Amino acid sequence: MPTSLTAVQIRDKVTTGELTARAVAEAHLAKIEAEDGKIHAFLHVMKEEALAAADAVDAKRKAGGKLGPLAGVPVAIKDNLCTKGVPTTCASRILEGWRPPYDATVIERLRAADAVLIGKTNLDEFAMGSSTENSAFGPTRNPHDLTRTPGGSSGGSAAAVAAGFAPLALGSDTGGSIRQPAACCGVVGMKPTYGAVSRYGLIAFASSLDQVGPFSRNVEDAWELLKVLSGKDRDSRDQTSYPAAFAGWGPLNRDLPLGGVRIGMPKEYLGDGLDPECRAAVDAARRAFEGRGATIVEVSLPNTAQGIPTYYLVATVEAASNLARYDATHFGVRKGDAAHSRGAGFGPEVKRRIALGTFASSAGYSDAYYVKALKARRLILNDFDEAFRRCDVILCPTAPTPAFKLGEKSADPIQMYLSDVYTVGANLAGIPGIAIPWGTSKGRLPLGVQLLGPAQQEDRLFAVARALEGAR
Amino acid sequence: MTSETWQPVIGLEVHVQLKTRTKLFCACSTAFGARPNTQTCPVCLGLPGTLPVPNLEAVRKAALAGVVLHCTVNDESKFDRKHYFYPDLPKNYQISQFDRPICSNGFLEAGGKKFRILRAHLEEDAGKLIHDQDPANSKVDLNRAGVPLVEIVSEADFRHADEAVAYLTELRAVLRAAGVSDCEMQEGSLRCDVNVSLRAGPDAPFGTKVEVKNLNSFKGVHKAILFEQSRQAAVLDAGQRVVSETRSFQADSETTVSLRSKEVASDYRFFPEPDLPPLKLREAGIDVEALRRGLPELPAAQRERLLRQYGLKPYDVEILTREREVTEWFEACAGLYPNAQTLAGWLKTEVLEFSVNRGVALASFCMTPQRMAAFLADMDRRGLNRSRQRELFGKVVSAGGDVATALQDVKDEAIGDAGALEALVDEVIREHGPVAEQYRTGKDEALSFLMGQVMKKSKGRAKGGAVSAIFLKRLRP
Repeated sequence: MPTSLTAVQIRDKVTTGELTARAVAEAHLAKIEAEDGKIHAFLHVMKEEALAAADAVDAKRKAGGKLGPLAGVPVAIKDNLCTKGVPTTCASRILEGWRPPYDATVIERLRAADAVLIGKTNLDEFAMGSSTENSAFGPTRNPHDLTRTPGGSSGGSAAAVAAGFAPLALGSDTGGSIRQPAACCGVVGMKPTYGAVSRYGLIAFASSLDQVGPFSRNVEDAWELLKVLSGKDRDSRDQTSYPAAFAGWGPLNRDLPLGGVRIGMPKEYLGDGLDPECRAAVDAARRAFEGRGATIVEVSLPNTAQGIPTYYLVATVEAASNLARYDATHFGVRKGDAAHSRGAGFGPEVKRRIALGTFASSAGYSDAYYVKALKARRLILNDFDEAFRRCDVILCPTAPTPAFKLGEKSADPIQMYLSDVYTVGANLAGIPGIAIPWGTSKGRLPLGVQLLGPAQQEDRLFAVARALEGAR
Repeated sequence: MTSETWQPVIGLEVHVQLKTRTKLFCACSTAFGARPNTQTCPVCLGLPGTLPVPNLEAVRKAALAGVVLHCTVNDESKFDRKHYFYPDLPKNYQISQFDRPICSNGFLEAGGKKFRILRAHLEEDAGKLIHDQDPANSKVDLNRAGVPLVEIVSEADFRHADEAVAYLTELRAVLRAAGVSDCEMQEGSLRCDVNVSLRAGPDAPFGTKVEVKNLNSFKGVHKAILFEQSRQAAVLDAGQRVVSETRSFQADSETTVSLRSKEVASDYRFFPEPDLPPLKLREAGIDVEALRRGLPELPAAQRERLLRQYGLKPYDVEILTREREVTEWFEACAGLYPNAQTLAGWLKTEVLEFSVNRGVALASFCMTPQRMAAFLADMDRRGLNRSRQRELFGKVVSAGGDVATALQDVKDEAIGDAGALEALVDEVIREHGPVAEQYRTGKDEALSFLMGQVMKKSKGRAKGGAVSAIFLKRLRP
């Protein structure tokens, strides 16, 4: 079944002609059509475009052309990435019906790699949330338990990969929006170093934190996708990305010897609020590392408690600014003036964050909130720098609990915000992090762990992640 | 206190469009006058997902502005977002520079006084709202959105409307000479806001200031300042207080009207632009010292040199240096024709009248500096009087500028023959006996009338010097 193949397997079979890209696309489209009614991973399935792209890949092979590194591989796209001529909504009423006139850089790069874009996936509106329940077009359900959320905000992409709708998906991670849903859905999800992947065409939530990254069912597939994403941006259209520092990656190191590798365990990430089964998964991963000869060291990230408040000030100030453009002059249904149109077009969580961000950046309050948050951010970055003097990779939980029930946290924003307590640090510090599945709960829900590495050291982080995966 | 004793305190905020081919953060054209919304792209439309990329040519021109305005040009500055909702602002924030501008602490000398410049910062322009095409709707033209500007903020150093206009005139000349901007007020590439307040005397604290916008000429700036002075003086004389507000200048009535109050400060929620790293000039390959070395001659130095080198009158120099193309034309011609004062006389009158005043740029005027030099040499040889020369100039211009061809049939040379001239003078004395008598009895002014009569009879060909000598010989021997 093509839908159970990994991305690398599909690429290899399509390249040799053992499978056609069309057959791969059709199999995935058929599965989506049969099963997505109950999951709702997709907001828009790109059936015609996917078949046409698959045919083009097959034709290129027949003509003797050299196929790209993702030849014929279906990729699901989070619906906050601009796709030329294809609806791009951010799961918001305010962008309903908008079709971007351009492709995001990562979309250009996927097309150039001969990938097949299969559809646009659901998310929390403007990527603001941790459960995908904040979508204006209805929630996504967790393929492992339809009464539960897939996490968020990239819940649609995580669910699509978990359900076998695509072997690969793109998400965006501002405070954990790739890694937390990956953990909830039992797939691999990775946030690159800030600046590794161009943000051009990623509809901004919080510019200094947002980063596009891969979802997959194993570490190697994520690596293959990341290599495609992190290449040079045409015309350097994202001034905050610096792809040269990430160039020259080869194949994944599948056999990194762990002897001498120092695995740091931050004590602040293993205390109150962590579900015992999630804690047990981290302990099990630690034993697996030890079994392979890695050295376990305790490290400290003393400003961890400042992570969530810092994140919710930095992110909301930038969000309030980034979302100012949605005034119904250019986008969205006009309902009277700009203020009323925004009132009608944005959902409650988006409004909450715009209000918070506007307040925190207002004259007279900015120093007390936003400027202070920038200082706290610096302290959090220093914590990681310090920790990485003592270890090579940090092992910690991804989310405090396994996937929670729909509606369970939606009445209490603070509880929802705390879903990101172990993930926001990597965004504030700009470092890479990867969530990998690690066991199953008694309730048969996926469990997982997170590995964090120093900035720009994705190759080492992936090799350690692959070693852990191999010990499973 | 009466209105005469209030002293005005004036500050200027000037927005200048940098002379670049493309916009500040995208590759769209900055050309003026294109069809609405034809010079836009996803970036300057503020489409979701787009990001700014600084145009280094704009950065270079902003640094150049700092150099000619004697500013500190900061090797590192940064961009910030300035937030306000307005339909001509696609992102509803403007990328500007807040606390670390590219240029700071400069000055400009104008009319013999030094005016301090607080800062000059880079920012993107907004679009344009068009209200008069559709009775039911306003339209938005975003061709101008994202066009690069420097905002040059002066200290409140002006004490008279004349000083403000002198500063603006010099600012425009300097920025044009350096190639920073075209500074065309009609095209909006120079826009000016004025802050005016009154105080009781030179040592009194500043009063409440009022900002005046919608100024579209230097004359308007002058009128607006004078109007504000008298309006505010009347308010203060009546024992009331001046309201902090933004007012709009009305060119037809030469008054200002209130636009909006500034009593509650608007909150732009400035914060550092997260999409752009700090702007570092050296890293970007912009060498401020090289900009300084590469500067062309600036207006003040040029005026000094023209006075010295050509022995011109200050007033002529002022006219010749108003536009660079005039200065260049003059200097090209002065290199070929030795009498610079004569040339200046022709240039500021006939040459400009037949070219620029008729909508022909000097660069494409048929009388090139070479032809003009040939023409003036021809006139010197013929020795005709000025009105006849003017006639011939017109003839040459209408014939397309070739002096030799246009004047080949013109036979008139000055009449220098003493016998012929004496006959003419005697004839005039006969016909205008009373005037001749006035001259003879000491009224010098009468001579010009008598001379005029001789010129008339000779059709302008009589040599003036010889004629006046004969009158002298005849009437005041």
